[in-house]
Amino acid sequence: MSQWLEIVALEEIPILGSRVLETESENIAIFRAKEDKVYAIKDQCPHKQGPLSQGIMHGDSVTCPLHNWKISLVSGEALGADEGCTNVYETKVENGIIYLKS
Amino acid sequence: MSLSTKQNLVLIGNGMAGMRTIEELLKLEPEKYSITVFGEEPYGNYNRIMLSPVLANEKTLEEVMLNDDSWYLENNIRFKKGKKIANIDRVLKQVIAEDGTEQPYDKLLIATGSTSFMLPLVGADKQGVIGFRDVKDVDTMISAAKKYKKAVVIGGGLLGLEAANGLMKQGMDVTVVHINDFLMERQLDKAASTMLQKSLEEKGMKFLMSHASKEILGDERVKGLSFQNGTKIDTDLLVMAVGIKPNFELAKTTGIHCERGIVVNDTMQTYDPNIYAIGECVQHRGEVYGLVAPLFEQAKVAANHLAELGYGRYEGTVTSTMLKVTGISLFSAGDFNGDEDTEELLFTDFASGTYKKLILRDNIIIGVCLYGDTLDGSWYFQMMKDGTNISDFRDSILFGQAHLGDAGHGDETRIAAMADNAEICGCNGVCKSEIVNAITEKKLFTLDDVRAHTKASASCGSCTGLVESLLAHTVGGDYSQAPSKKPLCTCTELTHEEVRTAIRKLGLKDHDDVRRSLNWKTEDGCSVCRQATNYYLLCEIPGYNDPESRFINERAHGNIQKDGTYSVVPRMFGGMCTPKDLRAIADVADKFKVPEMKVTGGQRIDMFGIKKEDLPLVWKDLSEAGFVSGHAYGKAMRTCKTCIGDSWCRMGTQDSTSLGIKLEELTWGSWMPHKYKLAVSGCPRNCAEATIKDFGVVCVDSGYEIHVGGNGGIKVRVTDFLIKLDTEEEVLEYCAAFSQFYREDAHYLERTAPWIERVGLDKIKAAVLDDEANRKALYERFVVSQKPAQIDPWKKHADGADANQFKSIKIVATA
Repeated sequence: MSQWLEIVALEEIPILGSRVLETESENIAIFRAKEDKVYAIKDQCPHKQGPLSQGIMHGDSVTCPLHNWKISLVSGEALGADEGCTNVYETKVENGIIYLKS
Repeated sequence: MSLSTKQNLVLIGNGMAGMRTIEELLKLEPEKYSITVFGEEPYGNYNRIMLSPVLANEKTLEEVMLNDDSWYLENNIRFKKGKKIANIDRVLKQVIAEDGTEQPYDKLLIATGSTSFMLPLVGADKQGVIGFRDVKDVDTMISAAKKYKKAVVIGGGLLGLEAANGLMKQGMDVTVVHINDFLMERQLDKAASTMLQKSLEEKGMKFLMSHASKEILGDERVKGLSFQNGTKIDTDLLVMAVGIKPNFELAKTTGIHCERGIVVNDTMQTYDPNIYAIGECVQHRGEVYGLVAPLFEQAKVAANHLAELGYGRYEGTVTSTMLKVTGISLFSAGDFNGDEDTEELLFTDFASGTYKKLILRDNIIIGVCLYGDTLDGSWYFQMMKDGTNISDFRDSILFGQAHLGDAGHGDETRIAAMADNAEICGCNGVCKSEIVNAITEKKLFTLDDVRAHTKASASCGSCTGLVESLLAHTVGGDYSQAPSKKPLCTCTELTHEEVRTAIRKLGLKDHDDVRRSLNWKTEDGCSVCRQATNYYLLCEIPGYNDPESRFINERAHGNIQKDGTYSVVPRMFGGMCTPKDLRAIADVADKFKVPEMKVTGGQRIDMFGIKKEDLPLVWKDLSEAGFVSGHAYGKAMRTCKTCIGDSWCRMGTQDSTSLGIKLEELTWGSWMPHKYKLAVSGCPRNCAEATIKDFGVVCVDSGYEIHVGGNGGIKVRVTDFLIKLDTEEEVLEYCAAFSQFYREDAHYLERTAPWIERVGLDKIKAAVLDDEANRKALYERFVVSQKPAQIDPWKKHADGADANQFKSIKIVATA
């Protein structure tokens, strides 16, 4: 059964910055875009498992810090000529709090 | 968007230029137009420059197809093949094909290309007299070769020789008739041409030089050719390859302004604003192009304007030439003949068949002509386009890029002879066959495409020349060379230089200001431009910092490792340490269970495997023991390596350790365009390897030799000697001034070695040596920039700055 999990206050993530959410099974990178948009993506690049949370975010994508793959935060897919995909999760922001659908 | 609201785009001419524009347009605005393509030939789009290898049995037609029928279907493009457009009605805005098909357009793109120029000789209408332009001509030649023996090709230019070579491969006895006394006079000088003719003759090709054709003999079919000098030759097939002419009749009859081609402006627009034209049929700034490279640049611009983005401009192309005849390498570009104001650098070895000629004007390359060894063609060509001053390496330039201060790759670089599994790109482990396969299967034309698909040459770039040569060998001679003006990244058309100048001149304050004022195409930029812009901003505004635009290493003040942990290197000034220092480091390593430690090349101690959340705690302990950040993670001043000098060494001439410490105290923490290393050696034996550092000091009895621009990395470069100084105070002043000049002048991610090769040592001497006031000003600016830079980032974070970054969020997992 899916439900919304409270994660963290929006203001605790800088704009164009990220935080890592640790769960029992995996790490999830939470990114904050402009205009309070928030993305959540499995913190593992499809290429060589680089921590996407540590990459530079731009628009709705992030560049992996290990080998510069660009990953869409919307679809989890590698952009450009690279091929691969990682999981993304649904998020919402209410009253300044970020929620993740589990 | 429904179909009916889309505008109609019609393309006349299903060749490389037109289809490249469509492909570029689909990348930019895939939904904007409903697209119809008319092609006169009954095929999809094929690579016309590869017809020579098809004729020579080296490729099949399928292999040179770029877009087959299914591609048009997949992209929802209506493809009318085998339909020739008879008329354009500019009032009703529609095109009419010969069979009566009508197709309305909102925007029309004309890419009708060119046709073979046929000499108006008597008898030119006989059977067996053809040009060399399309698949039909190739088919005619191949079937003629099965029935007949003798062939004559009129024209000893690029196309003629390729046709002759192909016919020879088809088993025919081929004679090339040329009006001039040497071959390819538009691409080669006489010496190179003579070598070319000799090797073609060795392959079995025959030549009639200085022969002007008079009349084609025979009844229905060609039987021979007579010449103005009264002689004649028998033949069963006559190929005219004397040139091409732009095919603009259709445009002209509908009243579009044409001269030697359809006249277009810098946006590829004709005099009718709804009609664009591109490729060999156009005339741009008085030039008509017959090579492929310009088409790709034009296609980008035309697509940009069809997509109504409106910022692309085509400013003409400098072209280069290669011949696609197996076993023969030649390359030429620019003015390779020169005049009384130019100088000539020449290397000739007739025995090995090598000829290299560069034409210089004021130490800038203006022409290149290579025969036999053409590997460095693209390097010379790039310098020619960039206007690089070559005076610093003029004495070795003819030996090629591999010999330029390089101990790494040598000249193991004969592309064609390399084995398929030979590694081309060491950084990314890409071998020759992977690159060749990607180029053929994915239809790649540009270096950027190859980089995107294979990663070859995408990291350090030292194999760029090899990859370009492979590209040239695989797709044919005139593949798309990198444009001479290289934008900083895909978010902008501006170069590094232009962005930096704008920040300086307009006094731009931050990232948003830069992107807004300079019309960035993306709101947030990308990882490439954000890091570069961040550097340019902090260089102008000491203390400026946008952590979100920094690479993770500089944000977390450690080096990210492949498992996501970090490495930590405390600074040890001049590489000196005490037992207390070493104990403190050992205690930290024990406390945080550091799995591995190592002494670095820069005389520091590296602790590996530290978790991100532990970083502030590690720094706290190190900070309390008196250490500051070692910046081993940054595009920054890294280390000053020293030898022990005259305090212990019997050879030492000066106190190199103490000078090293002073230099490091002056420069530590400074953000630079790239990593930046110093060294001080106490005597000319140079144990600190100062002559492969960005700034190196070699002590001698009478003072201090200053060396700059060395690099021990991928491409080893020995420093240039800058000056000899008398005192330590002077060394410190020159070091700060040189460092600041590098900070202000080099592009982001350009180390001192390529920077000096690009701008020339003279520019550095002028700024740092000759002009004392400027040196002092540079020194002052460096000192000012160091004030915020030397607030230790480790202590700041240990004291709690930006603590969130290092803490992950933990939630209790729910079932």
